[in-house]
Formats: sequence, C-alpha cells, structure tokens
Amino acid sequence: MKILVTVSEVATVEDAFEIDGTTIADQYLGADLNEWDDYAVEEAVQLQEADLADEVVTVTIGPEDADQTIRQALAKGADRALRVWDDDLADVGLLDPGTKADLLAAVVDDEQPDLVLSGVQTGDDSFGATGVALADRVGYQWAAVVNHLEHEFADDTASVRRELEGGVEELTDVDLPAVLTIQTGINEPRYASLRGIRQAQRKPLEVQTLDDLGIEGVDSALALTEMYEPESETDVTVWEGGADDTAGDLASLLREKGVAQ
Amino acid sequence: MTDVLAIADHRRGKLRDVSYEIATAGRGLADDLGGDLHLVVISGTVDDFAAKLDRDGVDVVHTVSDGEEYNHDIYIQAIEQLTADIDPQYVLVPNSVNGLDYAPALAGRLERPIVTDTIGLESDGETLVATREMYGGKVETTVELEGPAVVTIRGAEWPKAEGTGDAEIRSFDVEIDDAALGSTVNGFEEVAGGDVDIADADVLVSVGRGIDEEENLEIIHDLADALDATVSSSRPIVDNGWLPKNRQVGQSGKVVTPDVYIAIGISGAVQHVAGMKGSETIVAINTDPNAPIMDIADYAIHDDLFDVVPALTEQFQ
Ligand SMILES: Cc1cc2nc3c(=O)[nH]c(=O)nc-3n(C[C@H](O)[C@H](O)[C@H](O)COP(=O)(O)OP(=O)(O)OC[C@H]3O[C@@H](n4cnc5c(N)ncnc54)[C@H](O)[C@@H]3O)c2cc1C
Repeated sequence: MKILVTVSEVATVEDAFEIDGTTIADQYLGADLNEWDDYAVEEAVQLQEADLADEVVTVTIGPEDADQTIRQALAKGADRALRVWDDDLADVGLLDPGTKADLLAAVVDDEQPDLVLSGVQTGDDSFGATGVALADRVGYQWAAVVNHLEHEFADDTASVRRELEGGVEELTDVDLPAVLTIQTGINEPRYASLRGIRQAQRKPLEVQTLDDLGIEGVDSALALTEMYEPESETDVTVWEGGADDTAGDLASLLREKGVAQ
Repeated sequence: MTDVLAIADHRRGKLRDVSYEIATAGRGLADDLGGDLHLVVISGTVDDFAAKLDRDGVDVVHTVSDGEEYNHDIYIQAIEQLTADIDPQYVLVPNSVNGLDYAPALAGRLERPIVTDTIGLESDGETLVATREMYGGKVETTVELEGPAVVTIRGAEWPKAEGTGDAEIRSFDVEIDDAALGSTVNGFEEVAGGDVDIADADVLVSVGRGIDEEENLEIIHDLADALDATVSSSRPIVDNGWLPKNRQVGQSGKVVTPDVYIAIGISGAVQHVAGMKGSETIVAINTDPNAPIMDIADYAIHDDLFDVVPALTEQFQ
C-alpha cells in the first residue's frame, strides 16, 4: 500500500503582534509543521512499520522556505517528499480549499496512492476542508475527523472512528482508496531521531510546478479584504502586579464566591 | 438565484442546535438577496424534524427520507438534486464534524467555491462577504467571494430561530445511486465516561498546553486540592495522555457550566470555548494578553502560570 500524506507549513503568530493591511506583519510570524499533519505523518509511518504500507510520500504546497518543515516529516520516517510551487502561486493571496484540492488532485493522479492522510485542518487559516475536497476531485472515498484507524485493511476497506461532538465516536468502514482527515490524539507523534534528521537530508524532495502538473494558472476563489483584532465580548477585569498580588486578588474573588470554605 | 438552502444537522434521533441557528443565518442572507429560505432535513424521522424546523422566517422545509443516520454520499446526492431543483445562490451547511465531512465534497460536485467556519455573512446578491477567524482566533478577517457558493457556519454564533412558522413542508424524492455509497456506519460509542463528571463540578481548575510538561501538572492538582475543586483540561493535555478523556472540556469533550472556571495556560480556541462559555465566572491565567480566552474572560491575570498558580495555592493553605 502506498500512502500520501499532505503536510502543511503553518504560520505561527507571536503573543504581541501588529497587523499590516490584511496580514500580520512579517516580524511577528514564525513557521511550523501543522499540528494535525504531525499526527497524519505519524500514522503513516506506523502503518509502514507494521508492514501495511510500503511507501510513504508527503506532499506540500509551499515555497522553498517550507523545505525545513518538509525535512521534519522526512526525519520522522516518510520516504520522499513532493513540493508544489510556482511563481503564479506566490501572487495568490489566500489559497482557498478548492484551489489547494485542485493542486493536490494533480499529485494524486500522478502518484496513485491507496490512502491519503491529511490533517483535519491547518492551524493558521483553519478551513478544515481541503482533504474532503481532494477526495471528491479524485473520486476517492473519505472520512473526516478520524481519531482511530484500525491497522488492518480487510476487503479493501479502512475501519475508522470519526470523532463527533460531545464525546461520541462514529464507527465507520470506508472503501479504499480513501482520504482520511486525521485528528490530534490518534497517536503519539514521535520526535525525529538524530539519525532520522541526518537521513532526511538525503531523501528525495522533488519540486513540481503548475506546468509539471498540467495545471493552467490558479486563481483563489477567496479574496481576503480585512484583518483586525476581535472585540472583547466581556468587560474583563485585569489584575495587575506581581504574582503574589494577582494571586491575592483572585483568592479574594474565590472567597467572595464561597470557594473552599 | 435569490434563494438560500440551509441543511439541518441531526444525530441519533435529535436535531442539533445548529439546525435552528442556521435558519437564522439563512434568513439573514435570504433577506439580503430578497429571496426565500429553504431548509432541508435528510435521513431519519424527517417528518418530525420538519415540524420542529418550521420556525419564524423559514419558507420551505424539504424532507428527504432516504437513510437513517448521516451518510455523506446520501447527503451529497440529495443536496445536489435539490440544488438543481431550486437553484439557491447559497448553500449553508453547519460547520459541525459531519458538515465538514460533506460540505467540501458537495462544493466540488456543485462546482462552487466553499468558505468554512464563518461567523458573519452578508451579500449584495453577487458578492458574499464572510467574517471568519484565523490563527486560532487571534484575528478576525473578512473574505469575499463572487457568485454562488457553499458556506459553513460556526455553531453558537447566530441565535436560534424561534416561534412557529408557516413553512411549506415538501417531501423531496431523491434517486440514490447505491453504487456510489462508499462508506458504512456501524455504530456509535460514548467515550468520555468514567468516575468523574466534570459537568457536575462547581469550580473547575482547567489546564492547557501552557503547562508544558506532564510533571508540572502537580501544581494544578495542588491548587485544585486547596480549592476543593475539580481538574479539567483542554484537548492537548488529553491528547498527550496526561489526563483521561472525561476531563476534556470542549466541542469533542464535555460542556461545563461551573460557578467558576479557571483557565490556566489555555488559549481559548473556539472548540474549547464551545464547552465552557456558559460558565458563570471565567478567570484566565495566561502570559499572552491577546489570547482569545481574554475575549470571554471576566477576570484575567497576564502572567506566568508557574508564578501565579503556586502563589494562589499558598493563599488557601
Ligand atoms: C474538530 C476539532 C475538535 C476539537 N475539540 C476540542 C475540545 O473538545 N477541547 C479543546 O480544548 N480543544 C479542542 N480542539 C483543539 C483546539 O482547536 C485547540 O487546538 C486547543 O483547544 C488548544 O489547547 P490549549 O489552549 O491548551 O493550547 P494552545 O492553544 O497551545 O494554548 C496554550 C496557551 O498557554 C499560554 N501559555 C503558555 N505558557 C504559559 C505560561 N507559562 N503561563 C501562562 N500561560 C502560558 C499561551 O499563551 C497559550 O495561550 C478541537 C479541534 C478540532 C479541529
């Protein structure tokens, strides 16, 4: 079985930041492997270690800077990586899930994986839609918000648990090939070993342009027109001072409310 | 194309609250467009559901009786056929776990763009202006999209539609292609059981990723003991296996409404807030003054939990 894992590099924001037009000013932004994708990579690597998968390939939409994040996924055990990028993409502001799915669909067409693992969402734009949109485009089955995958694929199906609201899980069988969007907590993502990090440097990381994928131009359906800090819904009382002072203020409030009496 | 079609959400025989909220969101957009609001409820006891969904502002409730529980292929086929019939400008879907399981594929089938997890919507008939958060709620944005679209709406953002309406209830016949059903639901399981029910607690000392290491949880337990309170947490603490699932507050955990909720090193992501927003008094201890939890807190300490928590425990010893 061949597994394709979608790996995103997400933007992280420092505690104190400033907004510059419709983006957060560059100096307050960092980058990281998307939390949900970390679990997806781990699941794929575990399937490989259990001899259920023979190849784990990652795919990322992103510029060259994303290579450091891609190498993290390779260091954790993926075999090789693809990165989709093009100058045309740099000019598109906010990539909408449909456009991301179009790009990934072209990669799925080339790679023909049996299973695609994607994160439930990305931590920055949080659309939570790309994996399922991809499944539809390539004619695969799918399941969203999977927090357990049976490591056994009888009759070409995957048995999963979908995490619904309120502590309820749905037990579902999904025909393969399929796209599963992976929820945090499904496993315990490993830290890359030093050996893994060294090996990752030598693993193939191939860049594909729109031309390579046979896609003519991209255009996001979404235009980001404003960004601002949300207004507070409450009239928050902020206690100032050192920890002893603020703890004292909170203790008074708690006593007033009859706590621990 | 001036109509709006909104999809109801139900599970195991009950309509979920978002089904009434989406009626309000849908009415707002239909008013913007000068059109009708159609709801559709698919699978299960649809006649009973339809009677409940007939609230103020709803023009038509369509029922599709195929299927018992949610199955994405039935939903998609039904909505695709209904959309071809009534040609709505916008198809609204709840941003629930099931909504996110079918809306993106539905958008693909309808060849429409999708925008998800919206918290505000306006349209002039052609351009949809949607408000949504980014970066875990640190900022809000507006995004615009042109023409017909599929839109998912966040729960608990719009008020529920109330009253009894005079909607027309129409049974809609769908031709389901059984060959296209590629998944089977075999059952459900409740997973957050156990000895402690955090929903019963009057005071919750709730810990998040700011605690950093499992061994640091000791200061949280010490505080809870001193306050005679119960320990709960955000999701990452449970994902890491540091606390059992029955301690998790939020969308996929428990909904709690204690007298006092002390959020320690918790950022206040929407899925967490969904489980504790109804608490009577919310106190946040967080180094980040911009953390979204501050937007719903009543009292806040912008400081390091490793300083504040032990100092607070001491006050009660
Ligand atoms: C489908 C779905 C369902 C979900 N269900 C749930 C759910 O039920 N419950 C839930 O909680 N989440 C849920 N989540 C996850 C949610 O999106 C967030 O990822 C999660 O709530 C973040 O937890 P956190 O606030 O503890 O961590 P973070 O967001 O990482 O926040 C940590 C906070 O700690 C602060 N901090 C760090 N160090 C210190 C210090 N020394 N002193 C004081 N403060 C400090 C930081 O400033 C930050 O605000 C769900 C997500 C999805 C997609």
